[in-house]
Amino acid sequence: MTVRVGVVTFPGSLDDRDAQRAVRLAGAEPVALWHRDKDIHQVDAVVLPGGFSYGDYLRCGAISRFSPVMDTVIAQARDGMPVLGICNGFQVLCESHLLPGALTRNDSLHFVCRDQKLRIENAGTAWTSDYAQDQEITVPLKNGEGRFVADEHTLDALEAEGRVVARYLDVNPNGSYRDIAGISNAAGNVVGLMPHPEHAVEPLTGPGTEGLGFFTSILRKLVNA
Amino acid sequence: MARVVVDVMLKPEILDPQGQAVQRALPRLGFAGISDVRQGKRFELELDGPADEATLARIREAAETFLANTVIEDFTVRVEEEAK
Repeated sequence: MTVRVGVVTFPGSLDDRDAQRAVRLAGAEPVALWHRDKDIHQVDAVVLPGGFSYGDYLRCGAISRFSPVMDTVIAQARDGMPVLGICNGFQVLCESHLLPGALTRNDSLHFVCRDQKLRIENAGTAWTSDYAQDQEITVPLKNGEGRFVADEHTLDALEAEGRVVARYLDVNPNGSYRDIAGISNAAGNVVGLMPHPEHAVEPLTGPGTEGLGFFTSILRKLVNA
Repeated sequence: MARVVVDVMLKPEILDPQGQAVQRALPRLGFAGISDVRQGKRFELELDGPADEATLARIREAAETFLANTVIEDFTVRVEEEAK
């Protein structure tokens, strides 16, 4: 079977083409989805890409969250469809309340762009099963509002339930609480990640290919389903 | 016809690095004695009709679901002017 992974384009998305390319390199078929179209064309999974949807007006992801395509994505994510939100996509997932917490201005106030080391702390989600538990990977990170915050109770619950998917190593680039780089929902089908695995899928254009695992994980999960 | 103002502020426990940067710049410009700055957003909503209780309830709903992210922000709603 061919696995079809939708990639949503919002006005202001930047990394939708790179996400499509990562999906293709992983062996799946990328399907371009449009923010104004409620129809997600029976895709098996959805990636919400990085960028500055709606110019980050109001708050990052706040307006995208109410776009027609998100009505369908939110409903199907609640029914178990795998969804990966990268960077701005992570912000959209938090604004949609599919994931807890929020992403706020970096504590340094600077936009940060670097190759970032991460530890995969939950290799059991739909998007991380091709990694080893506690595997260390390096992928690009680029954000101005990537500081993950949540109240202590929520942070404790995320840790206790193993929902911290990835944590920053060596450097905390944005002041995220407890060095959190990515989290999942309770079911593990929805993952939000601030760094960009889709930029680390080919040696020519990234720091390596250690980001590809997010996309091969979903392929393997869907083929075995 | 009325104007309703919605003020949105980061919750006290959420770090406001922009406010801190403003606070640090003030003494350099000669404005002394300001110990803290918090930066927020102000929305001015012009209504077609009067700001009655039902309308204000809808505006509070809009503030809670859209204008503010209540995970990190608090908001207040007030009627600024009731035109004659």
